[in-house]
Amino acid sequence: MNGRLRLLIALLAAVLGAALLWVFLPLLATRPESALAKAALAARPLTGVGNPVTAVLLDYRAYDTLLELAVLLAALLGIWSLGPPTPAYQRAGAALRAMIAWVVPLLVLAGGYLLWAGGQVPGGAFQGGALLGAAGVVLRLGGDPHAGLPAEPWQRLLASLGVGAFVIVGLVLLGLGRDFLDYPSAWAKWLILVIESAATLAIGATLAAAYVGGRPPGGTR
Amino acid sequence: MTLLLFDLVLIATLLTLAVAALNSAEPRRAVMLFIAFGLWLALIWARLRAPDVALAEAAIGAGLGGALMLAAARRAARRREDDEAQR
Amino acid sequence: MIPLQALYGSAGVVLFVLGLWSFLVHAPLLRKLIAINIMGSGVFHLLIAIAERGTEPPDPVPHALVLTGIVVAVSATALALVFSRRLEDAGGPPEDEC
Repeated sequence: MNGRLRLLIALLAAVLGAALLWVFLPLLATRPESALAKAALAARPLTGVGNPVTAVLLDYRAYDTLLELAVLLAALLGIWSLGPPTPAYQRAGAALRAMIAWVVPLLVLAGGYLLWAGGQVPGGAFQGGALLGAAGVVLRLGGDPHAGLPAEPWQRLLASLGVGAFVIVGLVLLGLGRDFLDYPSAWAKWLILVIESAATLAIGATLAAAYVGGRPPGGTR
Repeated sequence: MTLLLFDLVLIATLLTLAVAALNSAEPRRAVMLFIAFGLWLALIWARLRAPDVALAEAAIGAGLGGALMLAAARRAARRREDDEAQR
Repeated sequence: MIPLQALYGSAGVVLFVLGLWSFLVHAPLLRKLIAINIMGSGVFHLLIAIAERGTEPPDPVPHALVLTGIVVAVSATALALVFSRRLEDAGGPPEDEC
């Protein structure tokens, strides 16, 4: 790419940035009070969870999170359809193996804690799932080719668990005469916890499988 | 006033890390700087009272995203060394 | 507390523009991927800055949106990295034109 084109692109990007700031800064000064935030914080007792972000993610905007888990599943299916994974790393030395033996259980424990704590304080399914995924990454770096994941059929089950739990809860509620994912207030906390637990496992398995980066061995075409 | 100075330092470091990550041609260096950028971003979000998002960015964005990219950068660097050996 | 939002929000806009510039100028796929991720971080940063409301508790709705966005961004990054690996196996992208 020649110098003049680069200069032109830099200039256009700067103009775009100036235009965005020109829109953003006056808008910020005249912005009305956020009604959505007030409503979200006021309705929180109905959801049974104390953390407003968890309430938004799994109650008010549950469709959003359901479809996000579907995106995660679709990305994993895309990765699996592109062929076998990269070769595993060589087996780690004794010192690293000893550290992994400590770190992986701690990561799993911390993931479970974040899942449970996410109802009241910062944390939740995504952070807990990320720690489970990180445990998988550590295991793969230590030489385990499957990143601690089970055999191929179980991986499929784990990866679809999040979407599955969401849809099953939604359908059961539909069968009981409520709207899809419209939790009754008395059960809301426990339904959210069930969905979050399934989502944590699914996110952890999906992220670890994405790090492996290919279809697990044993799959049939 | 001290708080504003603190904010300015946070933002200046963030932008410096972003520019450094975007301008390094060596893949491993770029990814390392990107991870540092993600962690710094998580710090700023904690300061903006978004601890949930800060946790997620540190664990998912910087941690797992960085791990994924580091594996790719390692391959890219090795291929580059092979190319230079062939020349 | 308007200056805080304006300050951090502007930083988000700057990050977005920097990422866009790098995405257009640099050829290697890994660098483009980092640039896209930094563009996304700029958008997230803008949303988080808007959610901070000074004396009141921060707005949880943008926080949830950003949380969703981070996970989607990482899954897209993972997919893109596998694509680029397959592209290299199949003969190579225009890697060193920059």
